[in-house]
Amino acid sequence: MTPLFQTGNAVRVRKGSPPGHIRTPFYVRGCKGVIERVAGEYRNPEELAFGRFDTPVVPLYRVRFQQQEVWPDYQGNPQDSLDVEIFEFWLEPANPEKT
Amino acid sequence: MKSSHATANDAKHAVPTTYYQFLEISVRELLIEKGVLSAEDIRNAVKEMDSRGPELGAQVVARAWVDPQFKQSLLQDAPSAVKTLGLEIGPLQLLVVENTPEVHNLIVCTLCSCYPRSLLGLPPDWYKSREYRSRAVREPRSVLLEFGTDISDEVEVRVHDSTADLRYLVLPQRPAGTGHLTEDELAALVKRDSMIGVTEVCFSAI
Repeated sequence: MTPLFQTGNAVRVRKGSPPGHIRTPFYVRGCKGVIERVAGEYRNPEELAFGRFDTPVVPLYRVRFQQQEVWPDYQGNPQDSLDVEIFEFWLEPANPEKT
Repeated sequence: MKSSHATANDAKHAVPTTYYQFLEISVRELLIEKGVLSAEDIRNAVKEMDSRGPELGAQVVARAWVDPQFKQSLLQDAPSAVKTLGLEIGPLQLLVVENTPEVHNLIVCTLCSCYPRSLLGLPPDWYKSREYRSRAVREPRSVLLEFGTDISDEVEVRVHDSTADLRYLVLPQRPAGTGHLTEDELAALVKRDSMIGVTEVCFSAI
């Protein structure tokens, strides 16, 4: 599966709350970040959790968020950041100009 | 033992067995009963895990401090670099993140307790606590201060939430005044917490 995003692309985490075993932390859902790197391809944990081992691999990314984007009242250096591993199907392209 | 479910822990502390402990015991006994695993397989796996500790990670850090080429390959492709030291880390998808004068890295797993066990052994209890897991991403500087680590406002604090398949090891900064130390002496300075990023490596000349 060719990764949809490359390092440097602006992305937004989808804002869903599906049931099941989700590895996308709640606190970054809806947040905008930048692809730090393509981290390889892995089987989807949301399927693995239910014993479905034959589903295709999906691209995994490390997405970098500014702390102030995630926590608007964040105290500290405005450069402080947060890197989170997120699977492709949780991401959509974001317009880097808009917040 | 009173019953096949009693463990050494029961005898010593008389702490009531929790739901998840019961679940673990039940699954373990079923796996053995159905012949999927043997008790010996489990003992060996525990033994293997217990034999690993932070001194393995410290060895990696010390080599990176004395060998710039190793450091470069460690940051680019940690699993291959670690193998050249003769360390067996299995299929671990290791990523080493470097502390510099500009960036301080901190590792957490907010969803559970993912940890580079093959290089650091079992995680400390606080790493698995709800408090550390929730606060490390929300107020990392306060958490660091509680560990006695005061990161200057000029430095970027970068938290890594280990949410999927990667595992992280922090490459701490080599402390000043250690130019004369051997690789083994350097490794002895590197403690577990500095490779999680909650502390820095200290050295005071005697």
